[in-house]
Amino acid sequence: MKVSMKVNGAERSGDVEPRVLLVDFLRTNLAQTGTHIGCDTSSCGACTVLLDGEPVKSCTLLAVQVDGRSITTVEGLANGATLSPIQAGFHEEHGLQCGFCTPGMMLVGTALLERNPEPTEDEIRWAISGNICRCTGYMNIVKAIQHAAKAQAAAQAKVPEAVVVAGGE
Amino acid sequence: MSTATHMHGRIGESIKRKEDARFLRGKGNYLDDFVLSNMLQMAILRSPHAHARIKSIDTSAAGSMPGVIAVVTGELMAQHKLAWMPTLSGDTQAVLATDKVRFQGQEVAAVIAETKYQAEDARDAIIVDYEVLPAVTSPDGAKSAGAPLIRDEKEGQKDNHIYHWESGNQATTQAAFAKAHKVVRLHTFYPRCHPAPLETCGCIADVNSATGKATIYMTSQAPHAIRTVFALVTGLPEQQIRIISPDIGGGFGNKVPVYPGYVVATAASLLIGRPVKWVEDRNENLISTGFARDYHMTGDLAVDEKGKMLALRVHLDSDNGAFFADAQPSKFKAGLFHIVTGSYDIPTAHVTADGYYTNKAPGGVAYRCSFRVTEASYLIERLVTNAAIELGLDQAEFRKQNFIKPEQFPYTSATGWVYDSGDYPKAMDVALEKLGYAELLNDVERRRKQGEVTGIGIASFTEVVGAGHGADFDILGLRMFDSAELRVHPTGKALLRMGTKSQGQGHETTFAQIVTEELGIPAADIAVEEGDTDTAPYGLGTYASRSTPVAGAATAMVSRKLRDKARKIASHLLEAAEEDLEWEVGRFYVKGSPDRSKTIQEIAFAAYTNLPEGMEAGLEGVHYYDPPNMTYPFGTYAVVVDIDKGTGQVKVRRMVAVDDCGVRINPMIVEGQIHGGLTEGFGIAFMELITFDSDGNCIGSNFMDYLLPTAWETPRFEMGETVTPSPHHPLGAKGVGESATVGSPAAYVNAVIDALSPYGITNIDMPVGPDKVWAALRSKGVTE
Repeated sequence: MKVSMKVNGAERSGDVEPRVLLVDFLRTNLAQTGTHIGCDTSSCGACTVLLDGEPVKSCTLLAVQVDGRSITTVEGLANGATLSPIQAGFHEEHGLQCGFCTPGMMLVGTALLERNPEPTEDEIRWAISGNICRCTGYMNIVKAIQHAAKAQAAAQAKVPEAVVVAGGE
Repeated sequence: MSTATHMHGRIGESIKRKEDARFLRGKGNYLDDFVLSNMLQMAILRSPHAHARIKSIDTSAAGSMPGVIAVVTGELMAQHKLAWMPTLSGDTQAVLATDKVRFQGQEVAAVIAETKYQAEDARDAIIVDYEVLPAVTSPDGAKSAGAPLIRDEKEGQKDNHIYHWESGNQATTQAAFAKAHKVVRLHTFYPRCHPAPLETCGCIADVNSATGKATIYMTSQAPHAIRTVFALVTGLPEQQIRIISPDIGGGFGNKVPVYPGYVVATAASLLIGRPVKWVEDRNENLISTGFARDYHMTGDLAVDEKGKMLALRVHLDSDNGAFFADAQPSKFKAGLFHIVTGSYDIPTAHVTADGYYTNKAPGGVAYRCSFRVTEASYLIERLVTNAAIELGLDQAEFRKQNFIKPEQFPYTSATGWVYDSGDYPKAMDVALEKLGYAELLNDVERRRKQGEVTGIGIASFTEVVGAGHGADFDILGLRMFDSAELRVHPTGKALLRMGTKSQGQGHETTFAQIVTEELGIPAADIAVEEGDTDTAPYGLGTYASRSTPVAGAATAMVSRKLRDKARKIASHLLEAAEEDLEWEVGRFYVKGSPDRSKTIQEIAFAAYTNLPEGMEAGLEGVHYYDPPNMTYPFGTYAVVVDIDKGTGQVKVRRMVAVDDCGVRINPMIVEGQIHGGLTEGFGIAFMELITFDSDGNCIGSNFMDYLLPTAWETPRFEMGETVTPSPHHPLGAKGVGESATVGSPAAYVNAVIDALSPYGITNIDMPVGPDKVWAALRSKGVTE
């Protein structure tokens, strides 16, 4: 079956069996190997990607189910050489060790801050509770997302007044 | 007198990790990310039965399915003398079953096909006719009269017993027990659990049909040892084998052994002439690869009327599964379990252990632990808390009273360990102060009066890590040294290669910092490489918290070798005698004339351009470090729990962790290691379980049944530290990767038992789930 989708902003398409999982399509057909496979039962979240901005587990979706929709993977987080606030937060707060869960964690964190720019610790912990990390014990992942929230808030605060006026009035 | 500016990345500085850059961008290179030209995929057919005779295997339908290149059975492997392989404990293990299957999940056949989906389709079309046999699922079952003989293929094997092992002194221990005021007994089962790294195990075997060279990408914590084992198993010359261990998505001991899939994929690549990839799925990982624990332990602690510990007697039955494939030094059949006297000055001890075959997966690995130290630590710390409760003593005071005292180090334990250094009361005091212990005891009493079920658990663990020395510690005879090779380039940048293999521990940062400290090259200028046996010096790998104690020491030593040569070159450049030069990090200067100096970068350039007459060019070296002793990290963990009487739910209100791992090289990374270990310890204490029904069906074979802690359940940790350097390590470091998994399970469970002690409940085996707690409370009439 023909399938096409937007992946990190670029139109991508392929010809796959209907049974091919989204994660396999991303990893095998598109060679986007930042999305990982950890459990096959949608328990661990290593395969998390954003589907139209919402976190989904790509081991539990068929590639054909997302035909015509938009996917963000870890490869789409940075802007060129510049890390996104979430990526910078994970680096600054030592939010990763082996790195295998990290793409999924960062995508969930990204989606959370999109919806809720100032989450509480409990809100962060609840948001990432579908993603398992075996290395960090989560404390530094929570701090990493808090770090990103603060960085985003600071960046927002720095928007020049003229721009706000021009956009608002 | 110093004119040097701040050197970035010295020991003690929490610099950010160098390895993060690729992981943050999804550009890590994990095994399954590699795609080789013309690569095939392999899927393994596994036994649905725990114990069955294979009557026939029909591969005809599978062999003719789309994309299938080959179907491999045990019979084919036997033709190449590869149906069986040696284990790390000197036993044999079936690669693909020929006669019987001996555990559910055992490898029976493999399909090699163009795609993963095709390989799995064909695997499901293989027809195996089994004659099901009765299954043995525990040591008690294994030794019972009339138990089926699991290893009937082994000559001379008449029953299911594997080994008997002893340590300590039976006579003096018996004598001490005879005089004891009181003997406290704890029988506890440390259940089977699994390291479950988020990345499963796998390999890509690429045997070049022209040259015969076998390049095998493998999720291995010990690539060099694996290369040697492969040479011995396959008969390939060792220089024709190259193991590449790429980025590893967590190991925790699971990636130490050799698994049958590695051997089959390599044989298949050899026979077919194309690369073959095999990556197990989560179910395969949990049911067939290295499990942990499964120790049935009975401990007796003898004390006198003043609460002084007199003697310890322990027996354990080990459930080893169908093949004795424990990954541990060959001298020690029960691992390093005889560290079981722990942090206490117990004059005499006697430890006995028996291992048994059962119809369960083989491969007892140390899940974030140094060869069964965690079982030992759990037993003694649970026993000490139970003894305190039974004697009516405060569990902190009772521990302090019996601690090995700081002035007793180096301390020789009753089972022969020579503890290098320690200050146990200090770590305990830091923990109690953080906890606000005195006030907390009052608070517990207040709450209990109001009907609440609450308690405090303490564990003061001592580990033994950093194997070897090589005379006593080996893997299949290979001495447990480790290595570092350092090359300083003409521009003063460096390449450090080691025999270890990071799985998330941050070696690229930590080991660069050691070179920074010793040689003054900034950490940012040092590339660290591990895992490729064609380029890295030989080493025994990363497990048992041995990388910093052994390869870290090797890194310091090789740096010092290069510094000695640098001094000679500086002497030549500065036209001053060597003994007139002073070293400060990053440069040599002439005593009394600090302006007359040469930086390490200038010296490195001279090593290739302007050498003293007769000196060998270059600034490179290698060091193989065989440690004189193990290191003994320790600490005190304290936990406060609240238990819901109605549901049996345990909530960890507080977790205080005070660790002493000697000198901390990168404190940020050290804390990260402890966080992770405390979380895995929490999982083991409350959630993680691999168990079996009476037919030997594995329960806990996927992440819906094998429960791992998420951010929601995991407690917030309160951290503390003391620093007691190791006297024999060149940097005073001890290793820290596993302390928290070793020490914390007992602290968590002790808190539960303390909470339940007013009702006369003295033990609940892990995992301490709400069902067990509720049943215990109900049995005492506390809840309906």
